[in-house]
Parts: sequence; C-alpha cells; structure tokens
Amino acid sequence: MMKEELETANRPDNTAFTQQRLPAWQPMLSAGIVIPGFVLIGLAFIGIGVALFIASQNITVLERDYTGVETVSDCYKCSNPSVKNCTCKLDFSLSNLFEGPVFFYYGLSNYFQSQRAYGASKDEYQLSGDLDYFKTPNSACSPYQYDANNNPIVPCGSLANSMFNDTFKLYQMVNGTKKLVPFDGKGIAWWTDYNIKYRNPSVTPLKNAFNGTVKPPFWSKPAYELDTSDPSNNGFVNQDFLVWMRRAALPDFRKLYRRITEGDYASGLPAGNYSLEIAYNYPVLSFGGRKKVVFSNVSWMGGKNQFLGIAYLVVGSLCVVMSMVMLIVYAKFKFPEDDK
Amino acid sequence: MQGQTADPVPQGTALDKQPSCQTWRGDSVNMPPFTSSRLRSEKWMDVHVGDIIKLGNNQFVTADLLLLSSSEPLNLVYIETAELDGETNLKVKQAVTVTGDMGDNIHNLASFNGEVCCEPPNNRLDRFTGTLTNAGQKYSLDNDKILLRGCTLRNTEWCFGLVLFGGPETKLMQNCGKTTFKRTSIDRLMNVLVLCIFGFLAFMCTILAIGNRIWEQLWGSEFTAFLPRQGGVDASFSGFLTFWSYVIILNTVVPISLYVSVEVIRLGNSFYIDWDRKMYHASSDTPAKARTTTLNEELGQIKYIFSDKTGTLTQNIMTFNKCSINGKSYGDVFGYTGQRLEINEHTDTVDWSFNPLADHHFSFHDHSLVEAVKLKSPEVQSFFRLLALCHTVMAEEKIEGELLYQAQSPDEGALVTAARNFGFVFRSRTPESVTIVEMGEQHSYELLAILDFNNVRKRMSVIVRSPEGKLCLYCKGADTMVYERLHQSCTKLMDVTTEHLNEFAGEGLRTLALAYKDLDEEYFSWWKQRHHEASTALEDREDKLDLLYEEIEKDLMLLGATAIEDKLQDGVPQTIEQLAKADIKIWVLTGDKQETAENIGYSCNMLREEMNDIFIVSANNPDDVRQELRNAWSTMKPGAEEAANFMPERTLGNKPKVVRDEEVNGEYGLIINGHSLAFALERSMELLLLRTACLCKTVICCRVTPLQKAQVVELVKKYKQAVTLAIGDGANDVSMIKAAHIGVGISGQEGMQAVLSSDYSFAQFRFLERLLLVHGRWSYLRMCKFLRYFFYKNFTFTFVHFWYAFFCGFSAQTVYDEWFITLYNLVYTALPVLGMSLFDQDVNDMWSSQHPQLYIPGQMNQYFSKTAFFKCSLHSVYSSVVLFFIPFAAMCDTVRDDGRDIADYQSFALLAQTCLVITVCLQLGLDLSYWTAVNQFFVWGSLAMYFTVTFTMYSNGSYLISPASFPFIGTARNSLNQPNVWLTILLSAILCVLPVVAYRFLLIQLRPTINDKVMFKVRQAKAAPPPPARRARIRRTSSRRSGYAFSHAAGYGDLVTSNRFLRRPAVTRSTAFTPLGRTTGFSPTGRSAGYSPTGNALNSRPQDVEVTSLQMYRTVPDPAF
Repeated sequence: MMKEELETANRPDNTAFTQQRLPAWQPMLSAGIVIPGFVLIGLAFIGIGVALFIASQNITVLERDYTGVETVSDCYKCSNPSVKNCTCKLDFSLSNLFEGPVFFYYGLSNYFQSQRAYGASKDEYQLSGDLDYFKTPNSACSPYQYDANNNPIVPCGSLANSMFNDTFKLYQMVNGTKKLVPFDGKGIAWWTDYNIKYRNPSVTPLKNAFNGTVKPPFWSKPAYELDTSDPSNNGFVNQDFLVWMRRAALPDFRKLYRRITEGDYASGLPAGNYSLEIAYNYPVLSFGGRKKVVFSNVSWMGGKNQFLGIAYLVVGSLCVVMSMVMLIVYAKFKFPEDDK
Repeated sequence: MQGQTADPVPQGTALDKQPSCQTWRGDSVNMPPFTSSRLRSEKWMDVHVGDIIKLGNNQFVTADLLLLSSSEPLNLVYIETAELDGETNLKVKQAVTVTGDMGDNIHNLASFNGEVCCEPPNNRLDRFTGTLTNAGQKYSLDNDKILLRGCTLRNTEWCFGLVLFGGPETKLMQNCGKTTFKRTSIDRLMNVLVLCIFGFLAFMCTILAIGNRIWEQLWGSEFTAFLPRQGGVDASFSGFLTFWSYVIILNTVVPISLYVSVEVIRLGNSFYIDWDRKMYHASSDTPAKARTTTLNEELGQIKYIFSDKTGTLTQNIMTFNKCSINGKSYGDVFGYTGQRLEINEHTDTVDWSFNPLADHHFSFHDHSLVEAVKLKSPEVQSFFRLLALCHTVMAEEKIEGELLYQAQSPDEGALVTAARNFGFVFRSRTPESVTIVEMGEQHSYELLAILDFNNVRKRMSVIVRSPEGKLCLYCKGADTMVYERLHQSCTKLMDVTTEHLNEFAGEGLRTLALAYKDLDEEYFSWWKQRHHEASTALEDREDKLDLLYEEIEKDLMLLGATAIEDKLQDGVPQTIEQLAKADIKIWVLTGDKQETAENIGYSCNMLREEMNDIFIVSANNPDDVRQELRNAWSTMKPGAEEAANFMPERTLGNKPKVVRDEEVNGEYGLIINGHSLAFALERSMELLLLRTACLCKTVICCRVTPLQKAQVVELVKKYKQAVTLAIGDGANDVSMIKAAHIGVGISGQEGMQAVLSSDYSFAQFRFLERLLLVHGRWSYLRMCKFLRYFFYKNFTFTFVHFWYAFFCGFSAQTVYDEWFITLYNLVYTALPVLGMSLFDQDVNDMWSSQHPQLYIPGQMNQYFSKTAFFKCSLHSVYSSVVLFFIPFAAMCDTVRDDGRDIADYQSFALLAQTCLVITVCLQLGLDLSYWTAVNQFFVWGSLAMYFTVTFTMYSNGSYLISPASFPFIGTARNSLNQPNVWLTILLSAILCVLPVVAYRFLLIQLRPTINDKVMFKVRQAKAAPPPPARRARIRRTSSRRSGYAFSHAAGYGDLVTSNRFLRRPAVTRSTAFTPLGRTTGFSPTGRSAGYSPTGNALNSRPQDVEVTSLQMYRTVPDPAF
C-alpha cells in the first residue's frame, strides 16, 4: 500500500479546479433567447420612452436671452463692458399658469467651465475653511493667487473669481403695479456642498478670518459680505457661490438661481405680465458668450430633456424591427443542424 | 551521472583541432609521463579532453571517446545508439589491439605514450578519421573505435576510453543546434500592434493638439477675462503642451498592464497542463510539465508536427505477439461465444510456472499454444526449436537459471525469448554448438553453418546436427523470400499461412515465415566443401557464397509464421488520426532505417494501402533526387507548374516568400532518406522538396541526422506561415525541439536531454492530443478572447476622453475622476477578464477531442489577427461614441428632480464612468461562454467593488480626511438617486451591447462557425452525453507485410561462428559463449553509407593516415569455413 502511494506521488490532485471541470452555466445566443429578448427589450424601451416623453412634454420651460446682442433688446445698453452698474429689464407674459414649483435659472453659453486649467484653479483646503491656506493659497489658483501687493486672494483662483454676479428681481405686473415675486435662495446648492465640502473658518466674526487677505479682483465685495443678512448663507457657504463653484461639464450650461415657492406663487406663476429686472454686471460678449434666464418646472425625471424619451423610443423600435429581421433570418437560414 | 576518470591527464594524448596534425603534436609529445594513477569519480562537467574514463554497463557515454580497452573479448563493446539515431539494435565497437591489450591495468593505461591525431569537431555521426601513434607505429582510427556521447553501454562490464571531444565539441552537441528565444506569433503580433497603437496615440494627440491650437486662437484668447493665460504661453505653445498632456491622458490605449496580464494568463494555463490528470502517466509516475510558460496559446495553432519515431511513437519494445503454426493461428483470445476479445491489461496471461527458466516479463494471452506445446505436438515443437536455434543471440547466465540474452536486434531477442518461455530455452552457444533446453531436457546441437542475413537475402538459416545425429536446416525470413523456396507439398499450408500473415500484417505486426529442411549427410558434406572453398576465394566471394546459399535453401518445409509487434506507445494511431482530423500534418523524422520507418508509418495508420501513391526518394546524387521529387510532384499535380517555380523567390526584403497551401486530389505519402534529404535541403531544391512534401498527407524522413531534423523544421518554418511542433525523446531530437516553435519532450524514459531542452514534456505520445486539442485550443481561445476584450475595454475607456476634448477646449481635461482612471484597469475590470482567460471554455475537453475540427480556426489565426484587432477597435469607437454622447445628450440642460444641478462636471464624470463600467461588464458577460462560480464572483464582485469604492471615496469621511484627494464628495449620492441617471446608464449600456448581440446572432445563423455548430450540438446533447471517444484498435485492411526483422544488421553470423574468439577468452565470464570475430561485419553502425551534405566522396580518408596493421588484418579472408 505504501509503495503504491509512493509511486503515484506526482499524481496531480483530482479537483474540479485543477481538472478544469468547474460546474458552469453556459449561455448561448440561441434564437429562443435572443429574439424574444429583443422583443421584450424593445417593448420595455418603448414603454419607458413614452413615459419619458410625456414627462418631458409636461414640463414648461421659459427661456429668454438677455445678453443684449440685438439693439432692440433692453439690455443692449448694458452690453458694453465700459458701462457700470447697469440695470435692464426683460418683459414677458404668461398666458397660462406656469405650474410650480418654478425654478429660475441663469444660463451661459460658450462658457468653458469645463476647461481643465479653469476647473483646477481653486483651493479645496481654503474652501473647507483651513486658515493656513488663507495665507498661502494653492499655486493652482495662479494668477489669482496673490494680488499685486502679494496679499493672498481668498477665495483664490479663476473659478471663484469669475463668479456670476448678475442679479435678478422678478415683478408681476398686476394692474400696472409691480408686485415682487419672492425668490427662495435657500437649498439651491447640493446638501453636501453646503454642509460638508465648503465651510467657513470657525472664527467669529467671520470677517476676522479674512484679515490680511484680499477679495478676488472681479468681486465687488469680499466673501464675508456675500450675504450679511444671513450668516448661514455667508462666506464660503453662500448658496450662489456654491452653485457657481460646482462647475459645469459642458460649455453650455444653466445654473439654479432661485426657486419660486412662496406666497401667492407657491403653486406657480399665474398668467399675466412679468418684468425681470436685471443688474447686468457679467461680461460675456468679449468671448462670444450668451446669457439667458430660464424658468422651468420639473418632473420625476428632472428637467426638460426630450432626448432621452426620443432615444428610448427609437432604440425600442429598432429592437422590435431587429427582432423581426432576426426572426426572418432564423426562419429562412435556420441553423444547419444536420451537417457535422 | 558520473564517469570515472583516471587522474590526472595521462600524457601522450592530444587533440588536434586542425585538419592537419601539425600544431598540437609537439606539445603532447613533450609531456612528462605520469606515474601514480588511480580512478576517481568526477562530474560530467569535469571531464576534459585527454582524460581516460572508465564506463560501466548501462552508463551513458559522457564524451566522444576513443575506445581503449574493454571487459569483453577482442576488446569489443556493445552500445545502443537510440539516443543518437533512434536505432534500437546493439552495435559493436572494437578497440585497437595495442591499447586493448592493456585491459584494465590502470598503471599501463596511464603510462601509455601515444598521440591521437584527428579531425576537427564536426557533426557527422557516421564517420571519424584519425590516427593513433604509439612507439613510432601509426594506427588508423575510424568510427568503429569511437564511442560517441549519448550512446549507452550495453552488455559490457566496463571499458576504458580516452576523451577526444568533450562538452560542446562532441558530435552530439554539434548536432544540437542553437537555442533560440521562443516567442509566440501572438507575441509578435502584439508587438506590431503596440507599435501601431503608439502611432495611433501620436495621431490622436496631434489632432487634439491642433484642436487646442485652434481653440486657443479662436476662443481661448478671448476667454482671458475669466481664464488668464499663463505668462509666455501663446496658442502654439499651448498646443504643444496639450500634445504631451494628451499623451499622458490617452496612454491607456497602450496597454502596459496587457503584458503583465498576458503572462499571468499563460502561467495559469501552464499550471493546468501540470495539473492535468489525463496527461499523467501512472506507471512511470510522470505528470505533464509545462517547462516554458510563455508559449501556451501557440499550442492552439500547430500546423505541423515533427515526430521522432523510436521512443516517441514506439515504445522501443518488441514483443512476440502472434504466430501461425501448421495452419493454426495462435495469439488471439476468444470469448465463450467465439468472438475475438480485446486484449488489455486485465486479460488473463499464460502462467509460466511450468518452466523454471521462463522470462516473467514476457506475457502471452492465448492458452491454447501452451497446451499445444505441452501436448508435444511435433509441429509446434519444431517451430519453437527453430526459434531457439536459428538466431545469432548470445546468452549470459551469471546465476543459474537467470538467463540474459544479448540480441543484436530486439526482434531476434523477442523471438528467442518467446521460444524460451514456451519451453525451448536457448541456453548457451559455442562456435560449434548451440545448447538448448527442450521441455526441461538439455540438448546440444552441433552448429554446422550459419547462412547469414543480409538485406538482399532477407532471411537467415542455420544448419545443425541434432543430438540424434539428424542434419537439419532451419530458415526464417521474409515471407516472400521463404515462400519462393518452399517445397511443393506445402501449397495448402501456404494458403492458410498466407491468410494468417495477411491478418497479422493487417494489425501492423512484423511477420516472419519459418521453414525447415532435413538434409542428408552426403549432400551436406559436399556442400560444405564447396562452401569452404567459396569462403576462402579471393574473387567474387560474396557472389559465390550467395549462390551456395541459394542452392541449399530450397524445397523447404513451411512451419509457420511469427508476428512481432514493434510496440507502439498506447493510443498512437488514434492520436495521429485525431490530429489529422484537426488538419495537423505529421512528419516523422527518424534516424532509423527506411523499412522500419515505413513499417511504423503503416502501423500508425499514417501510410495506408489505399493511398494513391507513396513516393520513395532515396537517390544518391542531386540530379536524381530532383528528378524523383519532380516525378512525385507531377504525379500529384499533373500538368501543373513548371520547374522554374521551384526556385526560391526572393522579394526585395530578405524574407522568403511564404508558400501557400496547395490543394491536391487524393492522398499521397512521401518517404525520403537522409542522403536524398541532404541534397534536397540545398537552396536550389528546398522549395521543390517543401512543396512536394506539403502536398503529401504523410511525410517520413528516415536515416536523418539530428541536424537534418532541425533543417527540415527550419525549412517549414521558413516558407510556411505555420506553427510547428517537434516531439521527441532522445538526444537526437534536441536540435529539432529547439528549432521548432514548440518543442515537446517525452519524459519518464532514460535520457533527459530532450526533456531538458523542450518546452513541454509528458510521458506518452498520446498526451499530445490533449495538449493540443484541449489545452492548446483553450489557451489560444482564452488568450484571443482576452486580447480582444482587453483592447476593447481600454480603447473604449480612452476614446471617451477624445470626444470630451471637443467640449472642454482641448484642455486635456479627463472625463473621469482621477481615482477611477487609476483603479479602472487595476480593480474594476481586472478580475473579470482574468477569470475569463483562466476559466473560459467554449466546449469541454470531451467535446474538444470529439470534434478535432474545432482546432482549425487556431491554425488560421482566426480568433486574433490584425483584422480582428481592427474590428475590435471599431467596436470601441462605436462604444465610446455611445458612452460619451448618450450621457452628453441626456444631461444637457437637465436638472435634478428637485431643480438642483446635475449637469455639472463631477456628476457627468460619475455618469460616464458608471456607464463605462457597466457596459464593459456586459460586454464581458457576452464574451464569456463559461460562467463558473468564480466568474460570477469576479463579475458581480467587480461591479459591487466599483460602487463600494465609489461611494466610499465620495463620502464625507474621505473628504474630511483629505479634501484635495477626494473632491468628488457627495456626487454619488446626489447623482445616482436620480431616475434619469439610471435610465441614461441603461440606455447607453444597452445601445453598446445589443448591436453586438444582433450581429453575433445573425452571424451564427448565416455563417455558423465550427464552434457554433459544436456548441449547438452540445446543447442538444446536454441531456444525453455522447459516448466516450472510440479507443478501439484500428484494424487495417492492409495486406502489406513487412520483411525480415528490420533492425537487424548483416554479418552477425560471422562473429558467432568465428573460431578466433578462442584466442582471447573472456576475462570475467567463464560461462556462456564469448563473441569475437573480425570486425568487418560490424561496420554498418547505423549509417554505414553515411551522408554528405556537400556531395563529397564519403569514404575518402585523409591520405596521411596510414593503413594500419589492423586494417591489413581485416582484409585477410576469414578461414572459418
């Protein structure tokens, strides 16, 4: 017995793994799976497509360009960069109730927030309230790292410096008088940005933290004065600032400015005439950019986007067509079973 | 292995490296004589030229030696050269008398003062020229006095030899060929592809750099209000920088991890070979071994196999298998119902206990023959008596009852052993007598004459006088020869025996016919008188003897026939059949004789009766060889191309033109011998040889030297774009094993040379089928699937960056999170594809061997080629377009369902990378045809890993630890809870995968490959698995019969009957017969005629070598008769 064991000392182990006999599932692209699969996927996609399409159709969007390129536009007068503190008006009327909650966006075109150098030009540590970085901002912020007097810029970098600074006021024209539509500026930024990512230094008053620093050159007021009325919306946790700092992926983008959720407008904007008062500060014409405002409501699938619904419908239909083709091919050329 | 060396170097020996003997001579003569000498063990590596080595029985010869003396009479030694040339018969070498007289007197040996002058090291196994000078006397040295490295000493207790060539200078090593670094064709293709990819990378980066240049000029210069230019960077310089930035970002197209993964996969697949129990040989306890772990996928692409014969196809064992005695056939086993039973290990064997002298290694299954012997049937008795008497075997009986036969050919040994076991024991012989034990009684027969074998006569006879005084001639030989000389009264018996012979031949057995004749005293003495005259005649001695032999060998009485099996290794014909079905061409390259090789060709089913023609090329000059090859060509392709086309065409480069496969009607075989091959391998003829050979179904090259084996392999490698495999077991196969793309060594035998230079080794030829059809095919399939998928996943991953460049101002902004880029290849996609390439199998091993045709796509490089690569690149382009533009369009201007931002860069990055990971996983699932639990775990695990890692890295905790490292905080939470994000992921994944599904489905329906067909069959047969592959013995219908035992060389008879042995009795052996005799008979040591690659005269000896006394002596006629 012992001898026998010795003789087979080199015999490989008999396991499913070493002998490559692991049990396995071996799916195959057979007609019984593929054709019904395509039909099912096709039908499901058409269903989803219809739902998406309807949802998207039900969303109302009101979009107005206010760059002031055309001379007829009221904002034409402000489009010249040399004009300061310019205010212009944009009138529009709604024939039906604009169902709420209504979201008010500003949009920019041909604006490359997606540019790598632009996106990198900020200091994460500084923005998370680390005072060390108030004094020596990240070099990625250059040329908005230090000002001419070598004072550190806080918040530093191109991204923060170029913060959108047009402001809007919406009035409903009721019997000739302007009725201010209340804007809600709270909760327009991501919860994580507001609570985790961006933090003010824990110094009170906040202004002291900024001692020895200067504001970004394009800014009219320093960060600690962005919203003096509400300390929880001031400094780095200012909601407008947060929205701006979440840079867009594509050169045409829109960013949430305000929500219209209060008072008489909680259920939407009633039919009527409206006037949007714009403090026109932000220059875009120099690089061929455009500015616009967008009023929109949302559905379960987010904002208005026709593409997804149509794409689903097209893909679904193609699947069904393809399944027909495959059925015909299958019936005609049927897998040759007999030979070999 | 250790040889014993007399130490130190005895003086008076020198090696001359120059053809002229001038340079070294002076040194050697002046060496002082050495006095104190002793033997000591040394390693092979310490054996040097000039050492004297003592070798023992069954030891390998360590270097090329000049035989000095031996234990045997007349200074003979017996060697086996199977390792060198594949021949299995023993060969005899004889020392020069002047050294031989010293015997084992070490002092004399060490003080012997002589000088050897010899040719420079070369690779000619069959010739040697040199002289030995001692005391002013010159002795000529030829091949008969040289023991070559790689031989094995047999039946010789000891011998002393002087090292002439050692190490790399030995003839064996000179034949070994160069070791080259082997790489697979996929490796080479991959290198080309990687270069192309580099080019493509540069191309993409250039486009993007130009894009950046334009963008900077048109937009960037105006956007400076918000994004000021860095000092000194103008548009052109920015483009230049962008080029390099994109080189860094897009470098993932050049898959650096590819090489690592490829090696891991090969390693894994090599382990499967080591672990395979079906390639484990239990009786020698040898598992298969992948000695090289980098060639696996090449195993799935073999087109040509070059096989050795001895020890590879055959077991090198001859067994007495069947016989026909007096019209009755013995050897088959029949069941109760009378049907013939298959003989296997469990078949009952004959019990030899009745015979104390029996050899118990011999087994026979038919009990009826033993019964017949025991019943003392006279025909059966004389049958075995003939076998016990008519041979040239010598017996050795060191211990009473333990006989050891020294047969010159294994066939003879088998026959005498058979007779021994059946109670007719050949015990000993003297030149005048043969002593046998017949059923327990000892009889001594007077041996009157041996009518020896030669290749023309194809028979041998002995004339003996029985103890009763009866004169009798016993003859055995090729049936055709014997039948011509039979007495008329045997006609009836002839018919029956012929039937049996056909049957035996049909089973691939070597047959011999046996006959006897009673002689009357008067006639014989008259004959003997004439024989004596003839054998002393100075003119036409051979012819005269032949005439005399003819005269006495007539009117013979037929006794029966024997059938000897040159035992093939198990399953060889089946394996060859399977490999042939897989469209693999097998060429047998052997050093053995043409007849033997041909015979094995038939028994392996490589040559068949029903073949249209079998061409034999055996000419001795270039023109005849060319003519024979041309004839063969024009027979196969009548009216085809003219001879001009056979000149090797050279295109402008140095690469020879690749010869395409040609079609031919019918099946042909080609047998070419070493001499012809030497001419045919010359430049002017090699193309003709190759194209002719490639038209034939079977090619057998016999009598080839090791180097020629390699040359044949190189020839095929040169002109055919095909993968070659060489398989062999001996040192003579090393060169071809090294030359072929894949070398396989048969392990578990004595020699290790072949195994040591091989890439794969296992114990049995039949495992080759599994190695190629199962392991090779899987490896190739897995490697190709892996490569296709790997390129796909990396290209898709990278091309998305390219599309995004158009929307980020060509600013080298990555689409994905940096962490994702780092982890994509390492963590998210590494294991599933590794799992695929380690576990995937389209059909299991059983079906693989059931359908050898599945192997063919590999030979045609169908799974991975430049086209396949191009297709998978296009596929990735499509996928990357979908993976970028679907999320792009779906996210454009949209917001979350609470109105907040979702079209931001971070969300977009997350969306794109999630789409990508899910798509490549789906694609993998589509490619994966064998979902083991491990694969499931890897695929799902990777996906789970992706989400786990993503959520972890985007969590508050990570951000608080290092804000700059994890800036994507919250993205996953804010984005992946949106239905439209998931709908986008679903859409892009489906859009990437469904067209592939449809395409593949339609392809299966419209143009199903062999794989599809077999997989379909597997599905159908899932319920009822097919019967195991046939292992039945292939029965040939051939009526072709082999002649005499082919490994037999002529002239042994002279030695046996020579009287001169008495002058020099054996030193150590007192019993038994001591052979001796003149040495002329032993000259054909395998390749007497030799070959000459250059066509020089073969036997031209250097003129300065004088004829020695020994040579003169050899020309003296033998006065034996």
